Amino acid sequence: MTARATLPDMEPADLVEETRGETRVLRLSGRLTMARVGAVDRALREIQPDGRDLVVDLSAVERIDTAGAWLVYRLIRNWTKAGVHATVENASADALALIGKVGEHDVPMRIRPDRGHPLVRRLAEIGDFVIRTADTFGNFLGFLGNTLVALARLLLNPRRLRWHAISRQMEVVGINAIGIVGLMSFLVGIVIAQQGAVQLRQFGAEVFTINLVGRSVLRELGVLMTAIMVAGRSGSAFAAQIGSMKLAEEVDALRTIGVSPTEALTIPRLIATAIMMPLLSFYAAILGIIGGALFSWVSLGIPIITFIQRTQEVVPLTDLWITLIKAPVFGIIIAVTGCYHGMQVTGNAESVGFRTTAAVVQSIFLVIVLDAFFAVFFSALGWI
Amino acid sequence: MAGAPVIRVSGLVNAFGEQVVHDGLDLEVRQGEIMGVVGGSGTGKSVLMRSIIGLQPPRAGEIEVFGHDMCALSAAEAADVRRHWGVLFQNGALFSGLTVAENIEVPMREYYDLDEALMDEIAAYKVGLVGLPQEAGPKYPSELSGGMKKRAGLARALALDPELLFLDEPTAGLDPIGAAAFDDLIRSLRDTLGLTVFLITHDLDTLHAICDRVAVLADKRVLKVGTIPELLEFEHPWVQEYFSGPRGRAAAQASERG
Ligand SMILES: Nc1ncnc2c1ncn2[C@@H]1O[C@H](COP(=O)(O)OP(=O)(O)OP(=O)(O)O)[C@@H](O)[C@H]1O
Ligand SMILES: [Mg+2]
Repeated sequence: MTARATLPDMEPADLVEETRGETRVLRLSGRLTMARVGAVDRALREIQPDGRDLVVDLSAVERIDTAGAWLVYRLIRNWTKAGVHATVENASADALALIGKVGEHDVPMRIRPDRGHPLVRRLAEIGDFVIRTADTFGNFLGFLGNTLVALARLLLNPRRLRWHAISRQMEVVGINAIGIVGLMSFLVGIVIAQQGAVQLRQFGAEVFTINLVGRSVLRELGVLMTAIMVAGRSGSAFAAQIGSMKLAEEVDALRTIGVSPTEALTIPRLIATAIMMPLLSFYAAILGIIGGALFSWVSLGIPIITFIQRTQEVVPLTDLWITLIKAPVFGIIIAVTGCYHGMQVTGNAESVGFRTTAAVVQSIFLVIVLDAFFAVFFSALGWI
Repeated sequence: MAGAPVIRVSGLVNAFGEQVVHDGLDLEVRQGEIMGVVGGSGTGKSVLMRSIIGLQPPRAGEIEVFGHDMCALSAAEAADVRRHWGVLFQNGALFSGLTVAENIEVPMREYYDLDEALMDEIAAYKVGLVGLPQEAGPKYPSELSGGMKKRAGLARALALDPELLFLDEPTAGLDPIGAAAFDDLIRSLRDTLGLTVFLITHDLDTLHAICDRVAVLADKRVLKVGTIPELLEFEHPWVQEYFSGPRGRAAAQASERG
């Protein structure tokens, strides 16, 4: 015992086997605490009952906690089950109390829910996926329909609109995005002008860079880049906010108070996004043109004033209409997708992350699909 | 029972913007005692606990736990201190992505080299120890009732058999029988493991049943620390109302009978 006391603090607890007449004696010593029982546990699993009686001697144990007590209890239990007479010797009162205490709660327990055979699980996952995908599609359409009905009802009775929430969301979705959307479009304008100039120079037609920049930015890229940025910034925020509120039962609380979550959460976000998207898209297009103009001036020597005049000549007004028609639709899609996924959150924090990702990926995907439809539609109208 | 101080707080000042929560608060918790902390809602009990465990950097004052200055810990010291305490938050704060059993295994995995099988066994008896049925082990926190979450949080706090236990309203949300069993559990762990407990509670029965001393938080500091009889003598309107009001008297009678 004195020797033990001089050993360093991290010395593991120790297990020594002796024989005393016909009895096997296991002498445990040192600190039988969770920090040190790892090795003893492994050693004890190696030792098998051999018919002789067993005595577990705890006289040299300095300190014991529930982990140590569990090892002693488990040893006695297993060996008794194997028909061996097993006893504890020289245990302090506290040690006995602890051994008794952990013994009271010795019930086999599963650590994780049963997951079944791996192969069955795979198949089940595939099945789940198919059902879920079909469900998601139906649910999403349902959610969209519900939201639009609620929107129509509110527009007929505009006093129930939550103007405060709408203006707050307009700030978050629109005003706060001005910097990043502007910078991005400006850079895109430069890139397009640069690429256009390089290619068109081969035909000596650099001046058509203006057509390229003006039309593509105003008709397609301005609104598309803005939609992607808003989906990334705000669609994800909607999903995460509403998802966390669902986890904290805030959405249920709203319902029980009699406030419809659609009216209080979805509609303000939807209206704000639908209003801000056209504004942001127009602004993005203007900055894209400015970027292109600056590049053309610096690198092709086209004066800014010429650039603007020519833009007026070659860009038809329908390009602007197309952007202004597409933008609110994209905004609605982004807001509804974000809110829908937020509302689908259940259970745990992981689900918030999963839904946030899904909201962004799906809204960008839907925006691009719709954009393709719009392209076909407008060209059929003759707005080429 | 008058051991060395485990927690020592002196001159603690905590404030959120303009609102001063603590102003020159002193408190000492000794080895092996169960220290009850009481005070009205919003008097800063949870904030005091968060300061002591280092989650809320104080504006001024000193905090020592196990003799370490909590405001100037090296990474190794911090790990050493954290290994020796367990914390139960007011709302449980279970990891939502893990089952109850996995939650209990998190601190063991972090600090010790134990076999998977042993950790599972330890998690199993801890679940039983705090009074959860064994079906609760493989459940996720979102599938538990409010009281079960409390118990699961306690099981995680007890996972490492800590020397110091911080409990924020452990019996709130438990049924009275469960709360009494909880009191027994804490007391027996203290007696067998020599635990020191920092116990925030509004439960007068718990105070009478297990607390060695009680600290009363009011007027932004610890107004008085003492045994319940000492506090009964203390002339302060809030303290008198607290212990001698109808609920206080009922709890006192119950503890005399028990
Ligand atoms: N993160 C925070 N930011 C601002 N103020 C806070 C913050 N946390 C707590 N407070 C304020 O500090 C005060 C004390 O809060 P605390 O949570 O400690 O109360 P408590 O004594 O634990 O109350 P209860 O018994 O209701 O749990 C309250 O007035 C609260 O508003
Ligand atoms: Mg609190």
